[in-house]
Order: sequence, then C-alpha cells, then structure tokens
Amino acid sequence: MNLLKMFQARGSAPVARERLQILLAHERVRLGPEDLLSRLRDDLIATILRHVEIDPAKVMVKMDGDSAVSTLEIDIEIPREKIVGDGKRRPMDDGEALTTAA
Amino acid sequence: MGNVIVVTSGKGGVGKTTSTAAIGAALAETGKRVCVVDFDVGLRNLDLVLGAERRVVYDFINVAQGDAKLNQALIRDKRVETLYLLAASQTRDKDALTDEGVERVIGELKASFDWVVCDSPAGIERGALLAMRFADTAVVVCNPEVSSVRDSDRIIGLLDSRTRRAEGGSRIDKHLLLTRFDPNRSARGEMLSVADVLEILSIPLVGIIPESEEILRASNIGAPITMNAGASLAAKAYKEAARRLAGEPVPLAMPSEKKPFFSRLFGRRAA
Repeated sequence: MNLLKMFQARGSAPVARERLQILLAHERVRLGPEDLLSRLRDDLIATILRHVEIDPAKVMVKMDGDSAVSTLEIDIEIPREKIVGDGKRRPMDDGEALTTAA
Repeated sequence: MGNVIVVTSGKGGVGKTTSTAAIGAALAETGKRVCVVDFDVGLRNLDLVLGAERRVVYDFINVAQGDAKLNQALIRDKRVETLYLLAASQTRDKDALTDEGVERVIGELKASFDWVVCDSPAGIERGALLAMRFADTAVVVCNPEVSSVRDSDRIIGLLDSRTRRAEGGSRIDKHLLLTRFDPNRSARGEMLSVADVLEILSIPLVGIIPESEEILRASNIGAPITMNAGASLAAKAYKEAARRLAGEPVPLAMPSEKKPFFSRLFGRRAA
C-alpha cells in the first residue's frame, strides 16, 4: 500500500461529521419546520422568562424564505411595566415590542 | 403501571433487536417483570434472537384483534423467569395492527409488567410509528456511521411529533444507545467519536456498546448476550445501560482506546 494512500485513509471521521452537520441543518428545517419552531419557541420563552415576565401566548416565531435563504422572525411582546417596574432593569427605548430578524 | 420503552433507529441492521433482547433480559435479571414486544410484522426476529422461535403459538395481532388472550400469547423465557415475549405475526399483513388494538394491548401489558420493551421495525412507516406511539421512553440505537446518524436524527424528530406524549404537549424521554462502536478506529479518526454523535444528535447517552464477536455468537445460540456472555464488554455495557434506563446513576466510562500489545499487533477482527 502506498504511504500517501494510507495517510489519506486516516481521519475520514471529521469529514463525516462535517457532512452530517451540514446535511442535518438543512433536513431539520425542511422535514420538521414546525417541530423546530415549537422547540425554538419553548427555548426562547424559557430564556426570556428568566429575565422578564412575558405572556407566552404573545411570542410569535415564524420562518420564511425561499430555496436560497431562510429568515427567522421572532416577535415578542413585553409589557412596558414589567421592564420599567423593576429598578434593576433598564427600560427599553423603542416601545413594547422586541423584534429580531435572523 | 409499567414503563414502555421503544427501541428504534430508522435504519435497519444497527442492532435494534439485539438491543431489545439484551436490555429486556438485563432488566428482567434484576427481578423486574419485563415483556419484550416485536412490532416487526411479517419480519419477526425477536423470537429467534431469544431462542423462542418454536414456541410461538399466538402473536401480537391475534391479541390485538381479540382472537387470543394476552396470557395465551405471552411466551415465558426458560432462563429468566420474569422475562416474557410477545411475538409479531409472521404471516399477516402489517396493516392488521391498528392504533386502537396496539393501545389496548400496550395498556394490558403496562398493567402487569414493570417494563414493556418494544422492538421497532426499521423505517419510518406505520409499523415504526405504532411501535413508538405509546412509549414513555425511547432508546435510539445508532451506529457511529453517517447513514445511521442521519436516520436517528429523523427518528428523533418523529419521537418529538408523532408519539402520544408529544401530541399531548409533553416530551418522550429519549436516550442514545451507540452500538458497534470501535474505540480504536475512533481514536484513529476513522470512525465518528462518541462526542461527535452526541453533538450532532443532542440527546443524552444511555450506553456505548463496543463492537463484539460475542453478539453474533449469542444470536447463533438464541440467547441475549447478557445471558450468553455475561462477562463480555458488550454484555456489561448493556447491563449498565439497562440500569441507567431504570434511573440508577451509573457512571458512563468511555470505552478504552488502548489495546493489549498482542492484539494491536495482529488485529482483532475482519471489518
């Protein structure tokens, strides 16, 4: 067996790992968007609830996009008094809704 | 009420039936009442792996359709007296199992067993969905190999959306069982590592079963590996996985990446 071949045969696991990560990132969105969104929504609500009291019903998570790119739109309504009411937290400058697009 | 475990994978040939038999036997060896259930209608094999192939009179479908009583269909293991088998039908069409029939049989099993371990067929069709439908816990059997990891990911998505628990707004407990793992190949970078698979699938690990010649030997004989080669590394790994499933905090050691000099020199097996 030639030495170069032996060397190339080694370490194919990182290639496998990278291929899987790329593939599954696509398949998870394509095959299970609703489930992905519900998981994202749950995690977002849990994270935000640690800091601000919000109504989980007023958290909107939406995925859009075409074949080339997907956009994730998150709209969370935070009551102004929950932010202002606690002296330790800084009030938000721009109204009641926090909108993030990624 | 018993706990219902589904042993599933999506991909075929990764070790679902072997793992069902081994985990079922390991749980039963602790004195708990265990029933292993074959959901692979038309391609049953759990009976063969357990050495009970000549004792099947009535099967799952007979019970589900009311043609036989559960007690008539249950086959008691000759070695471990708390282990029972409910075989799949070998002849009927797989559409013979209905949601209602399966729910009723699983309900009856839960009432008289501590553990009900369901061996899922491969694929993501009706049989696989029925096997997971009423489960409280899932063991996702995965080989450190790309197609198996991909299919496991798909199955995890189904466990989170198509089970009774998921539909009711709660989650099914999911555990990863990594089988046919070769620590030496992994250490050389020829095989996905345990950390790679865990990072990709992000469900907790319940056990790592090393590649072992004893597995084939046990199935040749028709005995779960925990009975046939109880001292082997694979059997020990299965026994520990079973204890973890039962909620016992058993530390999970990564399989040793070192080999004795002799076997390193001559190799251990043909791939």
